[in-house]
This record gives sequence, C-alpha cells and structure tokens, in this order.
Amino acid sequence: MSIKKCLMNAGAVVLSALPIAALAQNQVNMSPGVTRVGAEIYDLHMLIMIICIVIGIGVFGVMLYSIVYHRKSKGFEPSQFHESTKVEIAWTVVPFLILIGMAVPATSTLLEVYDNDDAELDILVTGHQWKWRYEYLNADGENVTFFSNLATPQEEIYNSEAKGEHYLLEVDEPLVIPVDTKVRFLITANDVIHSWWVPEIAVKRDAIPGFINEAWSKVEQEGIYRGQCTELCGSYHGFMPIVVHAVSQDEFQGWMSAKRADKEAQVAASSVDLSLEALMTEGESVYNTSCLACHGAQGEGGVGNAIAGSSIAMGDLGMHLDVGIKGVAGTAMQAFGAQLTDVEMAAVITYQRNAFGNNTGDVVQPSDVAQHKQG
Amino acid sequence: MGDHHHGPAKGLSRWLFTTNHKDIGTMYLWFSFAMFILGGTFAMIIRAELFQPGMQLVEPGFFNQMTTLHGLVMVFGAIMPSFVGLANWLIPMMIGAPDMALPRMNNWSFWILPPGFLMLASTLFMEGGAPAFGWTFYAPLSTTYAAPSVTFFIFAIHVLGISSIMGSINIIATIMNMRAPGMTYMKMPLFVWTWFITAFLLVAVMPVLAGAVTMMLMDIHFGTSFFSAAGGGDPVLFQHIFWFFGHPEVYIIILPAFGVVSQVIPAFSRKPLFGYASMVYATAAIAILSFVVWAHHMYTVGMPVAGELFFMYATMLIAVPTGVKVFNWVSTMWRGALSFETPMLFSIGFLVLFTIGGFTGLMLSIAPADFQYHDTYFVVAHFHYVMVAGAVFSMTSAVYFWLPKWTGRMYNETMGKVHFWISFVGFNVTFFPQHFVGLAGMPRRVPDYALQFADFNMMSSIGAFVYGASQIMFLYNVIATIVSGEKVSDEQVWDGAEGLEWTLPTPAPYHTFEVPPKIEATPAHG
Repeated sequence: MSIKKCLMNAGAVVLSALPIAALAQNQVNMSPGVTRVGAEIYDLHMLIMIICIVIGIGVFGVMLYSIVYHRKSKGFEPSQFHESTKVEIAWTVVPFLILIGMAVPATSTLLEVYDNDDAELDILVTGHQWKWRYEYLNADGENVTFFSNLATPQEEIYNSEAKGEHYLLEVDEPLVIPVDTKVRFLITANDVIHSWWVPEIAVKRDAIPGFINEAWSKVEQEGIYRGQCTELCGSYHGFMPIVVHAVSQDEFQGWMSAKRADKEAQVAASSVDLSLEALMTEGESVYNTSCLACHGAQGEGGVGNAIAGSSIAMGDLGMHLDVGIKGVAGTAMQAFGAQLTDVEMAAVITYQRNAFGNNTGDVVQPSDVAQHKQG
Repeated sequence: MGDHHHGPAKGLSRWLFTTNHKDIGTMYLWFSFAMFILGGTFAMIIRAELFQPGMQLVEPGFFNQMTTLHGLVMVFGAIMPSFVGLANWLIPMMIGAPDMALPRMNNWSFWILPPGFLMLASTLFMEGGAPAFGWTFYAPLSTTYAAPSVTFFIFAIHVLGISSIMGSINIIATIMNMRAPGMTYMKMPLFVWTWFITAFLLVAVMPVLAGAVTMMLMDIHFGTSFFSAAGGGDPVLFQHIFWFFGHPEVYIIILPAFGVVSQVIPAFSRKPLFGYASMVYATAAIAILSFVVWAHHMYTVGMPVAGELFFMYATMLIAVPTGVKVFNWVSTMWRGALSFETPMLFSIGFLVLFTIGGFTGLMLSIAPADFQYHDTYFVVAHFHYVMVAGAVFSMTSAVYFWLPKWTGRMYNETMGKVHFWISFVGFNVTFFPQHFVGLAGMPRRVPDYALQFADFNMMSSIGAFVYGASQIMFLYNVIATIVSGEKVSDEQVWDGAEGLEWTLPTPAPYHTFEVPPKIEATPAHG
C-alpha cells in the first residue's frame, strides 16, 4: 500500500469517527462520484485535507504544550528568545515545497477537467429562472428538447404534507445520458447567472447569459444522480434541482426514440379538441409547475401579478395568449411559447380563465394556440 | 502638561462636532457594535428559517434579502468600522501623536456612515423589498433583475466607500507624519503596521468598488451594457471588477485583526513577539499577493485553463506568509509565562480557528477541487472561520484588552471568560457542521434544503442562537464596566503589555502626547 493510500485510509477513519453515532447516516465528506475525474478530485481533496490535518496537529500540539506547561500560574519563567533568521527561512521554504507537492497533482487533474475534446454527445443546458432546459444536439435528425421543473409539491415545501425521500431534489423530467460515453455539456442561461452542478458526475459550471461554457463527464455507473443550482439566481434559487439518469447505451437509444415519437404525438394532439374538464386538469398541473412560484397557489400574485380577477386573465383572449407565449419584456414574466406544448399552453390558459373565481367559461383549444402563434 | 487644556464640549455637540480621535474612535466602536447586532439579527432570521427543512417563517425572496443585508451590514457596517474605531483610539497613542493628522476629515468620515446605513436599511421598507442578490451583487441579478431599491443600495455603497477612503487617507497621513521623534517605521507596534498596510489596500480598491456600482447604475438607468451580453458587455466582467476589490477587502478585514493578536499574545506570554521584522514582511507580502488572486472566487465561470492555473498558484502562495504569521504567534507563546485573561483567550481562540479557516482556504485554492466546493456551505464555513473567529474574535479581544485603558475601569473577568467559552463553543457548533453539509452537496444561499442536511442544519441553528445570545452578555459587561467597573489607576494595566499607550495615565486623558514622548533607543516591540 502506497503512503498516499495509507494516509487516505487514515483520513477516512478520522472523518468517519468525527460525527456522533446518532448522526451516522449523515454524509460528512465529498463523494468520489461515478467518474474518473470525480475520483481524482476526491483523492486530491483527501490528500490536501490530510496534509492540513497533519500540519494542524503539529501546530496545535506545540500550542497546547505551551498552554499546559508554560503557565505563569505554574511559576514558569518566560524565556526572552526572539528573532531567528534561520527559523524564519525554514518555515518559509518548507511550506513552499509542500505547496509544490500539492500543485503537481492539482495541475494534472485540472488539465483533465478542461479536456473537452472528442465528446460523443453534446447537450445544451440552459438555466432559466427557475428551471433547466435541456437540448440534445443531434448531428443526425431533430434535436430533442425539454424543460426540467421541480417536482416537489408546494404542500411539502409549506409543511402541510410529509416530505418525500427526495424532497427538493426531484424533477418532472430528468436529464438522461448514456454511461461510458463522453458527454459534453454546453452551458448557458436565459436570464441571470445560474450554475449547473451534479456532485457525483463532477460537473459544476456557471451558466452565463450570452456566453456558452463547456464541461464534460463520462459516467461509469448507471444510476440516478442529483444536484442543484449553485449560483444565487433570485427568489427560487433553492428550488431548481437537477436530476441525471445514467442508463445503458441501448436504453438511451430507446429513450431517445420514444422522445421523438412523443414529439410527433404532441403535434398530432394539438389538432384534437379537448373537453373543459380535461383542459382544467392538465392546466392545473401545468400551472403548478410553471406559474405558481410567481403567481401564487391561489393566483393571488407574488413576484408576478395576481391572476385572480386579473384584467388579462378575464379580458381579451388574444392579449392573454400573447403574454403567455411571448412573455413581458423587462419583467420576470418569461416567454412560455417554447417551453410548453400547444396542449399545455391551451390547458393553462383555460385554467387561468376559469380558476380562482375567474369564471369566464372560455375554452381554449390547442389549435387556437397554434393559430395564435402563426399570427 | 498645563492647565489651559479644555475638556470635551458638553452634550450632543461634543459628539457631532468633535475632532478628538478618542471621541471619534468611541463613536465608531459603538456604531459598529450596533451594526453587529443588526447584522446578527438578520443571521438569526436566516438560521431560524434553516432550523428545519421546509419554509416556515419567511418567503424565499425575503430570505435572500436577509442573506444580502447580513453580509453587507457585517462587512461594511460591523467589522470595517470597528477596526477604524480601534485605529482612531490607538494609532495616535501608539506612535506618540496628539491626534490624527486630519481631525476634521476624521469627523466627517464617521458622520457620513450612519446616513449611509440608514439609506441601506430603508430599502427593507421599499416596494419590491431590499437588495436580494447576495453581498457580492452579481450582475445581471443586481441590475436588470433587481428591485428598484438597488439604486439606494448603490448610493449607500458610494457613501461607505467615501468614508473608508477618507479614513484610510487619514491613517496613512497620521502614520507617515505624526510619529514621535525616534519612532522609526521598524519600531512601530504591529497593530500600527498592519493598519498602515491595510489603509493602502483600502485606498487602492475602494475606488474600484465605486466604479463597479457606478457601472451598475449606468446599466440600470442610462441604457449602457457593461454587464449585459445583449449590448456587447459581459456579466463576468462584473465579477472580475468586484473581486479585484473583494479579495483585497478580505485582507482589509483580517490584517488589523493580525495586528491586534500580535499585541495581545506577547503581552500575556510575557515574551517579545518572536519575529517582528518577518511579521511586517509577511503582512506586506499578503497585501501584495491579494491583488493577483481575485479570480479564485471565479474558478467555475469558464476561464481559460492558463488563467485558472495562474490564479491557483498565486492563491496557494498566500499560504506561505500566512503560515509565517501563525508559526510566529505559536513561537511567541512557546516558553513564555502564559496567563489566560479574557483578551488572551479570544486571541488564542482566534489563532486556533483562523488556522482552521486558513487550511480550508488552502483546500479551496485548489482549482479542480474547488469545482466541488464552490458556492456550497463548505465556503460558508470557511469564510466564517476567517471573518467571525478571525476578525470578530480579534476585535473582541481588543476591546477587553484596551477597555481598562480607555475607561479606567476593569471589566468583570469571570463574565468575560464565560463570554469567551460560550462564544467559542457556540461558534464551532454553528460553523463546523457546515463543512460537512457543504461537502455533502448543500449549496449556499438557499432558503430550504434536502432532508439529508437536516440534522447538521439544526445543530448549526442552535449554535448560532447560543453564539448570538452570548453577545448580549458582552454588551452588558462593557456597559457595566463603564458605569460601575472596578477602578484601575495603574498605567500598565497588564503586567506584560508593551507600547507607548501603556505609559499614559489610566484612564487615558482627553488629550495625550501633546509633548512627544522620548522613544528609547531599542524599545521592545509590542
């Protein structure tokens, strides 16, 4: 066993002994994750932490010895030594050499993190307030695009229901990637700066509006990996999680075909008329994921205007569709035209016009939305 | 000393019009303590919301206002003015000067602070709420997407900046021109040295901050696009400018704290500081390095790899002079005759906890590892070890150390020790578990969190309430000392203390060193 390995094991023992027994289920350390880069970062983290702990034990040991034995109350006579160029040089040079020892592995890991070439799959990740949009950039055929919203219900957040196992770390539609494939993430943002972080696949990169950052990961193990936005991006910064499903390559191909078929089905669905009940049911669920954060659970408003009794939701339908599809420039109201399907848009507009006491009785069909989009 | 001295004026005009460095120092200290309580109240609201998973007390938007104001008030209202107060009181007394070099400007640099903070605090009551974009106010969240109150925030920052710049010019002028004959630079106490270097840092970087907020103002109101890609600007430019100010700012906060500890540890070790000259050089080295490491706050913005490597190496280098300081303090204690009065306890607390904060700082400097640490609670833990256990503990140590000299009365030693131990335990219970949740993946600045972080967060909140409450005891002890503390008349106060301020009568009279003192040929440094 190498010295490095030995030190690391010792460090792991120290760390695992730290928390008291009752807290045993709590994670106290970084996860090595499921990628080679992640494991290297973990090793680097442990190496530097252990060097720090060893130096700390030395420094605090000397201090503690002084505190215990060199006390005035024990009649210890103070010595008056001071100034020693030799000692000063020693404790300048030795730490410098230790730092060089740290810089070498750090540099090689960093170069690997930055090696974005030869990716087999490109995914455009766009941060929105407060959700993520994923677009698979396919060289052959159409891109697959979808939004990934927080799936935790408001009732859990506001404590009226018991919280689920993956509270705040669950989404309506996860990112799916194949294992053993170098996936490159092209990361950007639509409004403010966000940051896309999934600890176990060792990717964190800021999503900056107007610029595209690159990062990559090659996941070695199938599974579900969860992360969060890590750059303050407004009120609901804490509520835009990331969930990554790493699946086998076959499963990935199957998923991709299903997504394409879905898209065709959506196009077909937008020509079918739906009942008011069906639109209201669908509309409520769309409202809860896309509107509620700003407009309130009862349409009472918040960051956004109130919908209950609103002149837009109860007034001209064309205006209402405009706001929903194109957003309102200069405000937090985004353009949802590209985020929602025509069916979803028709449903949520119908819902807004009939819920919260807005009993207009209007029914908006997907075909109306499609027609409106064409102008 | 003749009889023609006038004492302080009476009533309110004494405080409004005073040009006396001691009065102004006192006002700075009380003002900063008031801000410490205000910023602490915001912290208590944050920790109360984070006590359990789920939203209980406040809405997410208000939570962000609290984190933002907590940071701004603590950095600009509590820590910085407290050390300026200390500088006002002590620098003239330590270098044998009768007052600060520019006494009227001194009055002005204090008196623009309260209106500045009033302006900042008033945003809480405005339409759209207070600033909610973090104390680092990254664009475009702080420009295009900010509440209208951001304009008040910008002017508040301008006012605080002007105050800081005037304060530092005064300190530089005082140290360069007002030293007693024989008080050469290399005989100045370390507290004076650290402030001298800090003042240069302030003069260099506060205008940069002023530039950043002015560009924000232009983007918000006059259609420029400094920080918006849509108009040819770059949001990352904001971060570069902010951190070019922000990193030296960290040392602006911690260098005077180093100075205090370098006075207190030798006094209670009854032994000279181990390496006076190397401490001066290390302080200067840290200050110079602080200008070339700013982008280590931005490892994840997508800099080219060459930039990442440069900032990583430069940042790692800071460990060398910082290590020199820690080794020097420990060597000063070694084979001294230690006693553990409250100032010494807080200085030892500083030494232990600041060193831990230094270690996590070294870990954070490693760019690839920082991709996992960045913007998590690990960072929150790190900078609170440096800011609270570093700056605030050292400031507390300073108050206990010099309070008898200032007031002529001794504080209650038992209560002081109790204050230390509650602070020490409360602080660690608050912030140590934050290392764990950060490494386990909890982002910072979130009002709610996943269930796996619940236990440690509850622990943190309990620690925070304990630490917060212990400050009330501190306030009580200080007031009780001023009102009815046991009288001290010994000039020396502490048997091991060195420096000119301990040659003055206790309490220090309103005017001191109107006749410059004689400096011995080879004084022992403080």
